[in-house]
Parts: sequence; structure tokens; C-alpha cells
Amino acid sequence: MSEAPAPHAAEGREPRGPAPRLRIRYSKQGKVRFTSHRDVARIWERALRRAQIPIAYTEGFAPRPKLSFGLALSTGYESLGEYLDVALRVPLDHVAVEQVPALLAPALPAGIEVQSVVALPPGEPSLQQVVTSCTWHIEVGDLGPSDVAAGVARALEATELPLTRERKGQTVTDDVRPAILDLQVLGPVTEVVAPLAPTATGTATALRAELATQPRALRPTELIAAIDPTWVVVRVTRLHQWTQAGGARREVIDLGPAATPPPHAERRAS
Amino acid sequence: MSSVWTQLEPHLAGVERPARYIGLELGARRPTAAEGAVSWLLTYPDTYEIGLPNQGLQILYEILNERDDAVAERTYAPWSDLEAVMRREGIPLFSVDTHRPAHEFDVLAFNLSAELTYTNLLNCVDLAGVPVRAADRRPEHPLVVAGGHCTYNPEPLADFLDAVVLGDGEEVVAEITEVVRDWKASGRAGGRDGVLRALAQVPGVYVPSLYEVAYGDDGTIAAVTPRHPDVPERVEKRTIADLAEWPYPRRQLVPLTEVVHDRLNVEVFRGCTRGCRFCQAGMITRPVRERPAEQVRTMVSEGLRRTGYDEVALTSLSTADFSGIEEVVEGIVDDPAACGQVSVSLPSLRVDAFTVGIATQIQKARRTGLTFAPEAGTWRMRQVINKLIREDDLYGAVEAAFASGWRRVKLYFLTGLPSETDEDTLGILELARNCVELGRRHTRNVSVKASVGGFVPKPFTPFQWFGQNTLEELERKIGLLRDGARKVKGLQLTWHDPKASLVEGLLSRGDRRLGPVIEQVWREGGTFQEWSEHFSLDRWLKAMADHGLDVDWYVHRHRTEDEVLPWDHLSAGLHRDFLWQDWQDALAEVGLPDCRWTPCYDCGACTGYGIEHVVASTTPPAGGSQGTGQDLSTADRVTSVPVVLRTSSLTGADR
Repeated sequence: MSEAPAPHAAEGREPRGPAPRLRIRYSKQGKVRFTSHRDVARIWERALRRAQIPIAYTEGFAPRPKLSFGLALSTGYESLGEYLDVALRVPLDHVAVEQVPALLAPALPAGIEVQSVVALPPGEPSLQQVVTSCTWHIEVGDLGPSDVAAGVARALEATELPLTRERKGQTVTDDVRPAILDLQVLGPVTEVVAPLAPTATGTATALRAELATQPRALRPTELIAAIDPTWVVVRVTRLHQWTQAGGARREVIDLGPAATPPPHAERRAS
Repeated sequence: MSSVWTQLEPHLAGVERPARYIGLELGARRPTAAEGAVSWLLTYPDTYEIGLPNQGLQILYEILNERDDAVAERTYAPWSDLEAVMRREGIPLFSVDTHRPAHEFDVLAFNLSAELTYTNLLNCVDLAGVPVRAADRRPEHPLVVAGGHCTYNPEPLADFLDAVVLGDGEEVVAEITEVVRDWKASGRAGGRDGVLRALAQVPGVYVPSLYEVAYGDDGTIAAVTPRHPDVPERVEKRTIADLAEWPYPRRQLVPLTEVVHDRLNVEVFRGCTRGCRFCQAGMITRPVRERPAEQVRTMVSEGLRRTGYDEVALTSLSTADFSGIEEVVEGIVDDPAACGQVSVSLPSLRVDAFTVGIATQIQKARRTGLTFAPEAGTWRMRQVINKLIREDDLYGAVEAAFASGWRRVKLYFLTGLPSETDEDTLGILELARNCVELGRRHTRNVSVKASVGGFVPKPFTPFQWFGQNTLEELERKIGLLRDGARKVKGLQLTWHDPKASLVEGLLSRGDRRLGPVIEQVWREGGTFQEWSEHFSLDRWLKAMADHGLDVDWYVHRHRTEDEVLPWDHLSAGLHRDFLWQDWQDALAEVGLPDCRWTPCYDCGACTGYGIEHVVASTTPPAGGSQGTGQDLSTADRVTSVPVVLRTSSLTGADR
């Protein structure tokens, strides 16, 4: 297991409490992608207890394990880069960090796999604070690459890309163009796996998009709706979560160039 | 074996909570059937959230999968959004384990725990692609069978069920498997009738189509007669003698998505002899069979380690009665492996200070609320129903709870009980108000929640002869309580919809003539009747009227001793004359102490099966008053109330 150095703290952020923490990177693929963010939190609570990781609990009448997730992954999406911070009730040198993945593996359901575990230095900001953008693999059903490319070109050339969304019960229209950091058409998909919606032809066109998460995250379905509301998203996989370190972008926990499989070559959990 | 997964998958992101259709729970199996093996699809006819925790189905799932000649998978009623997709796309009902179509199984086995799920049973059979009426099924169709508490009167479902199992399922599923296995091996000799005749020979198995029901001029049943000499005249329930031989579930399912009772559940005993007269579970599950404390401890510690749960429920019908409950609870809470984070819940707490003491000890970690079930508002009423809790018991318990730091107390009550007067009904308010007052002495933020359900008489209880209160009467009583509760700050009143109680009453004591009614309600879209957004009383009333049936006659009519009840050819082990005597005692307001610690009343549950209560301790639990150490003669009885059922409540207020 690679012992990647922890990312540097973002400037101007309050450090979190003194509890020693582990940061876990994991994937979510196959049938288990239909669990919700809330479900996944509970799955982790139980898995950590099953693996007998000495997790810390909140104080009070209803103590809960101190777990902190990054940006929620929508139900039905797959991911090759999910993150979770776990507060410990013992000092870090009491935990054999390199053994944690092996302890967790049998405690997790098929489709959730630990990719890396690192110890976090004290004061490291939370995932919500450090992640600035995500890279997504998106498939649009029943459309060829040229149609998709035309739509993408229009969107990227536009000075403004207005999108109307619900926010706290109010309808808000804002420009999402600045949140699109990168957008490329990858090419045709002849057989859609892990579908989110039915396709008439069984085919799709794949896109790769890097979307900002701050000040407000742009979701893949929102991106597609802003480009063309008639397009149907039939598959979404989160590939990376990026953070800023010394002015450069880097993965929160980098698995190395060979470690991230392309989305079509992954081991299917179902 | 085929799978509908690829058909289903593209549609799941478009339905609510898709995680309930994917399986993958810890403890789930993906069994492969050996040649000639019998495949069971264990079905809970309500949502996954309600059905997954069902311990009965989980026990059978394990027992069947341990056999070489059987495999078992599970399914639940798909929610209406997925059902619409399935019907549109031609996707049949499927197992969540391997997504195998339901019609490929040999046995569709339903757990029936609630009357309002009956239409869902029909819907599941139909979604499976199997004819809903048993008479229309061919030999290649699965057998549709049911077990669970509602099957003590399966007659309303007689048209739809091939076979019904009464009582504990642990042993009988093996015997059914063998019959079906041999029938399959014989090339399905004799067709469907061949296997049904063989199943009727298995003790505890009732095959409705093998009985003829004759009706008298007054509409009551004249006789229920077996159609063949080899078919038993009366079907007795099955009872396992020793719970210690059945330490199941060994591998409780841990779901990936939230369900009810989402915790480790360990059954500490089965059966109950408290003798609450309204309680069907307490009557039909006798005798009491305790699990040895050592086995409970092992099941708890291994279960917590295996599942990762931080909560364990010690389940039974009255867990504080378990011999040595304090030691067991202490052992769980103080187990160093629990790290002080494991909480223990005791469903069905007895009402007394002793149980609050246990609760204080075990809820160190998580102090939510305490629930007590006095069930009725006056001592007179509680004697009628044999829930022998005195007001001082309740106040002592509530005082102890508030003194120990609880702020929320929940109280369960029934209304519409036999001989209930408005004074009894309003007694509910009085008790609740006094509990609020007690709480005020300890905390300003006191919350007392009183939950009131309309009483539905159930088969094989002493109240099986009682005419249920009408809808209007139940609504009037709830209105009385609601008006009064408004004036009490800190008291919240919730109630079960009396319209739902009416349909429950219709189905719980109905007969075979209700089959077409259930079918019509289902055909008109009446599924998920337990869910208020789907329930419609009008649909039931219309179906009754369309078939010329009288709701009043079925639900609100008092039965006489000589009336043949629709379930009289079945037996829960209880002597009918015991039940009748207990009904008479109820009307005379005579309580009956718990027979675990008093001489036998010969209810029939022990003697009929040649087994006895399996109780580790021969002395009653400390501090208990509910029929344990209490001298009933000193109880402050309300002498001004007549000791017979007043005719006014029979014919006046009730009708």
C-alpha cells in the first residue's frame, strides 16, 4: 500500500480538532452504487467496528462515530476515488496504518474497496475544505460523438451557461460556465455498463469533465442539463478528487499513474 | 438459473431507494441449487425496510440453505414506482439475492404478520407471473404457502394459498422440503393435488382446498369438513420444544440501507404466559421456552463482532421476565470488546421500577426514550384485559425514569376494549396527565407521548367472541382523548387510524367469503394498505357491498359460544373452553396471574404437546407486579362498576 504524503493544509483554514485521523481512499462500483450517501456512512461505521479499528465517538447522549466524508456521491454513480476521514480514540502510533486496508477488506460489501489509507497530520483541514474539483467520466445515451462534440463546443464557447436549480426551496439561476474546468469528448461507447437510465440503442458517447466543487459544486447531471436538457446521462463515474498544493493541482491521495484503472477495465462487483 | 438483473439495472436509478433491490447484505447467500433440490423464495409482502428484519424469515433462510436438498432466497414487495416499471417492462418479481425470477422457484413462502398486507401477497404472486387463485395453478407453477401469526385464521386467503403452516417453522420447513423434493423426483406424480395431499399429512400444514365449508341459514359456518378421509379434521400448530437447539439466526442479515429494527436481534425466549387477553401473540406462541443465558451471551457477543452493530435487542414478548436478565444485560454492557458503545434495547418492557433500573443500566450509551404499555386507563379495564398493572406500578416506573434522566416517555394504550366506558377511555388521559406531572418535578422539557390503537379482536384469544367497536365509536373515543389531550402541555397524543382497524378486524376474523373481496381490492389497486398514502377504506367497503357482504356482521357482531368460528378446524394448542372461561372471567373483571409461577390453568399449550415451560428460574422475577408476586385480592378494585359486561356496551354504544 502506497504511503503517500498527506496533502498540505489549505491557506487560511481553521485546523480541526486534535483527534488523530486516518484518511481512506476507496472505490464504489457495481450494484452497491445504488446505496445512498447516508447508507455508505452507515456501512463504514459498521465496517470499522467489524474490523476493530479504534474509532472515536462524539460526546453526549447519542454518541456517533466521528467520520467525515468528502463531497457526497449521488446514488447510482460509481467512483474510483472516494474519501473518508476517520477520527481515532488512540494515538496514531497505536495503529498499524499499513494493515488497515487488509482489516477492512472483508468487512466491506462487494463493490466497495479500500485503495489506500494514510495517517493525517494533526490540524489537516477536512475533505470538504481541501477538495476544489472532481474529474468525472460521463456517458450520454443514444447520441453519437459528433452530436455530443457539437453541444460541448457550443457550451465551451458560450460566455455564460445559465442553469436553473433548486436551492433551499428557492429557484436560482446562475452561470455554471466558470465551474467547467475541463470538458472533452472521449468517443463512442458500444455497450453501456453500470447504467443509470435505459438506452434505446445500448450505445452512448463518453465525456470527461473536471468540475469545480467550490464555491458550489457543479454536478455531472447539472452540467449535461446546462449543455442540452434533452441529453440523457446513462453512466457517471467519479475518477478523481483534486486539491491545491503549492499552486498545483493534485489528487487527495495519489495512487500513482498505474493505480487508477480506466473505467471500462475495472473489476465488476456484480 | 436466469437473472433479471440486466433488465432491471437501467431502471433502478429512477426509483426511490434502489438499494433495497440489490441484495449484497452481510449474511446474504447466492445459493446454487443442486439437481432435484427444492428452491424456496421467502417473501415478506411489504417493503424491504419492513420485511428484511423479520427474524422468522431470516431463521428459515439459514435453516433451508444449510440443507443439501434446499436453497432459499428472499424477496419483498417492490414499491409502487418499481412495480410500474416491472409491469411496463415485463420484469417479473425477482429474488434480491441472485435476481432470479420468482416463477423459477418451487415454493413462494410468505410471512403473514399483518392483515393489511394480504393484498400485497396477491400482488407478489401476480408479479411472479403465477395465477393468483390456487385453483388456476398448474403443476409447474410454484407452491404458494404462508406462515406467521396471521395464518391462525388463513380463511380469507384460502382461495390464494396452496398451503398454510401453523406455529414454529424451524422443523416443518424441512418436512415440507422433503415432500416437495420427492414429488418433483416422482415427475410431479398426481399433479398439484398429489403434492397438496402429501403436504396435508405433514403436522402443522393446512391445505385449504382440501376442506369444504358449509354455511347455515344465518350466515354462520355450519361445518368445515375434510374432503378426503386422510386429511386431518383439525390441524395442530407446530412447536419446537427447545430453543437452545435453534440458535438462529447465526448470521443475521445486515442490510446496506436503513430498515426498521436496524440492530442485532437475539431472541431470548418464545411464548408468553402473562395472559393479556387482547394479545394474540401471547396466546398462540405458548408455552414459554427460554434460551439458556449462556447461549444468549454467546449469540450477542459473536453477533456484535460479526455485524458491527452497536445496538442489540433482546427480543421476546416480555424480556424483563427472562431469568437472570440483569446478569445478561450487565455482561453485554460491561464486555470490554463493546468499548462502552453498545446499547441494549428491551422491547416490550414490563411496567415497573425494576425494569427502569435495568434500562438505566443499559442505556448508558444512548438515552432516547422509554416506552411502557399499560394498555388501558383504569384498573377495572386492566383487569378485564388481564394487564395487571396498578397505577402505582406505572407511576413508580415513570418516576424512576424521570429521576434517572429520561425526558421522554411513551405510553401505549388500546381503546375499544370489551366493556369499556368513557370513564375507562378518559382514564388514559388521566394516567398520561399524571405522568406529565411527575416529569415536571424533574425536568421542564417533559414529553409524554400517548399512542392509542383501536382494539381489533384476534382469533385464539379470549376476545375472539367480542364484537369490535364501530368506526364511529372508535372515532368518538379518540375524539374524547384528543380534546382532553389538547389541554395538557407536554402530552402528545397519536392514534392508529380507526379506518385501518376496521379493515384489520374484517380480515382477522373473516371467512372464505372474503376471498373475492380481497381480490377485488387488489385488482382496483389496493396494495400497500399498511401505508396511509395507499390505504382506502372506501375500496374495501365497495368490494364488500359488491359481493353482498355485511361489514357489521363480520366486524361488530358479538359471537356466541356455540358459533363455529372460521378457524375452529385449526388449533393453536389452546382449549376452546379455556378461552371461553377466560372470556367470562374478563367480563367478570377477574384477573389471572401468570402460570409460570402459579398452578396450571390447563390452557392446553403444554399438555397438548407433552412439553412444559422451559424457564431457568422457578421463582418470579424481582419487582414484577404483572401477575407475578401480586396478591390480586388486595388490589383496589373499582367496585362501582358492574362485574358483568353491560348490555349497553353490547348493543348501544358499540353499534
